[in-house]
Amino acid sequence: MASQTDVFSPTRAEHLWLRVRPFLLNNGPLLITILVFILGYTLAGLVYPNMQKPQVFFNLFINNASLLIISIGMTFVVLLKGIDLSVASVLALTTIASAVLLKNGMSPALVIPLMLLMGITFGFVMGSIHHYLKVESFIVTLMGSFFARGMGAIISNLSVTINDPFYRALALTQIPIPLIPKAYVYPYSIVAIVLLLVAIYLAFFTRFGRTVYAIGNNEQSAMLMGLPVARTKIIVYSFSGFCSALAGIVFSISLSSGYGYYAPAMEMDAIASVVMGGTLLTGGVGNVIGTLFGVLINGTIISILQFNGTLSSWWTKIAVGVLTLAFIGIQSTFYSRRKRVG
Amino acid sequence: MKKSPFFKQIRESRLFWPVVALGLIFLFDAIYAPDFFKIGVLDGHLYGNLIVVLNDGAPLALVAMGMTLVIATGGVDLSVGAVIAISAAMGAVLINPALGNQLITNDILTANKTNTPLGIIILADLAAGTLCGLWNGFLVSRARIQPMVATLILMVAGRGIAQLITNGQIMTIYYTPYFWFGNGFILGLPVSVYIVGVVLLLATLLVRKTSIGMFIEAVGLNPKSTFYSGINEKNIKLFAYTFCGFCGAIAGLILSSYVKSADANNIGLSYELDAILAVAIGGTSMQGGRFSLSASVVGALVIWAFTLTMYTVGVPADALKAAKALLVLVVILMYSNQARTLLTRLAERKGAQHGIAD
Repeated sequence: MASQTDVFSPTRAEHLWLRVRPFLLNNGPLLITILVFILGYTLAGLVYPNMQKPQVFFNLFINNASLLIISIGMTFVVLLKGIDLSVASVLALTTIASAVLLKNGMSPALVIPLMLLMGITFGFVMGSIHHYLKVESFIVTLMGSFFARGMGAIISNLSVTINDPFYRALALTQIPIPLIPKAYVYPYSIVAIVLLLVAIYLAFFTRFGRTVYAIGNNEQSAMLMGLPVARTKIIVYSFSGFCSALAGIVFSISLSSGYGYYAPAMEMDAIASVVMGGTLLTGGVGNVIGTLFGVLINGTIISILQFNGTLSSWWTKIAVGVLTLAFIGIQSTFYSRRKRVG
Repeated sequence: MKKSPFFKQIRESRLFWPVVALGLIFLFDAIYAPDFFKIGVLDGHLYGNLIVVLNDGAPLALVAMGMTLVIATGGVDLSVGAVIAISAAMGAVLINPALGNQLITNDILTANKTNTPLGIIILADLAAGTLCGLWNGFLVSRARIQPMVATLILMVAGRGIAQLITNGQIMTIYYTPYFWFGNGFILGLPVSVYIVGVVLLLATLLVRKTSIGMFIEAVGLNPKSTFYSGINEKNIKLFAYTFCGFCGAIAGLILSSYVKSADANNIGLSYELDAILAVAIGGTSMQGGRFSLSASVVGALVIWAFTLTMYTVGVPADALKAAKALLVLVVILMYSNQARTLLTRLAERKGAQHGIAD
């Protein structure tokens, strides 16, 4: 191809291609994820005209707020070449713990920070064990997952309703979307979006974010470069714990209840979303924006099933599996091509 | 002091730590729940907690064996739980006497009959699981996808496929000969124990008496140099995943026979995690390399002995997971290099002192 040769002076079109090609190769998986989402959503809108309503789109942010939040935390962990299997369990533990605390008359102003602190502590402990004892991340987080589920069941075996006025208000306040009539989201959708923006800032514009990418690509080199490997790793796991707890609060607000068995196997949805968003599980490649679209694709599949009505729920699982496979195929093609070019 | 090298040999044996763990659990039982060891005879077969450990631990032991080979090649198979569900669903659907009947009544549905001969059902079960394993192996070895992602696909989609097979129903099995695998007894011991024994024996022969075992370890330690030594590492990986699927299929057969139903959503739930834990207890490195099938089987028994002990001393089923987390923590501490170096150093210092005394 023309890309390799600078001996011949390239024409204008070739010049453009020389610029565009690396961009495409670098961001290809992300662009394809976005494209798949737009295509999928448009096609679904054509088949099921009701899906064209703007509110259906915003429902994606309402129904998947907690999934988006834990997926953001998960993205950072995956960028570090790790995996966090404890997110769904910490989420469930948060819902039941906050529900019981609220029932016992504790103020939400105390409960929410307490829960977030609990999530951070969870992540901190798991990250420390992972880093200092050199244990595979999935074994440590598996332990965390067992522990959180067990604790949730010990706190209460039954589902506990939340009647707190503040939680109620949060669950019922609709925030209208400007310029679009009859479209709204709930406050917790905004929380998810704000977290996403924070995560984008962290990943791309801070020293911390760059360190995460460096460690994910090659921990040894990162260490030799003098980057704070231990600190960064532990912060990332704590951040994932924080996200899980935040998602737990969102979850308990949206369902107005807490239960130790909520969100079974949600960690797998989160991992699938992260993978669909173009983040490689080998670490160091990917970004948070892709994760957003991974979550949206996940949500779109569920919406399609709901609008269809006759398809059974297990098709969600099969569809997510097939899509994950397709995205991995796309990624590996791009990755091997980029290596050849770079 | 001639004993010292002997002790060292024992201490460095693969089976040492898992057996110590099992011993500690039994010691705990001996002190706090002596009833645990009571074994009686009922209807011509043995019963008691120890027998239950063997019987309930059998599916996990099978899955752990498959997982051992996969982990030894440097991979991991997250899909075993889904494979169990698929195999169980396959069996239940083939038995279903109402299959193909125009008029489905409760009498036909709950009859002690089968639609397909038992032999074919077993073959179909095993074939379904092996096919799943083959698929995983293909993705990992030929498509070069990281094992965790490759098997994640089947883990997510597998339960969907199982539900597709059973049409979303929880299928109850009424065909009594099928119950034999999970509930039958031979010479007083559960059938599942013999199945585990046979699979363990055959697999051990296969990996220790042929070069396959060495190849698997080589692939796990360094795939690239294995490739340059002229070993077809792709086929070794393919074999490991296929074997894992096969083991999952047998586990699915035993489990569905044991609970006399196939619930695509819940059968074999979190078996992948338990199996990984069993392999970890068995001392196989998560990075791949040296492995021991029998140590993993003991690891599976440790998990079930621990579970039943917790039930016996009255820990509620819900709190069990928290207790299991502590078990994982102990395993982590025991196998982490830092803790191990410390232990070996302590042991060796003692050895040296003995040497001086000699």
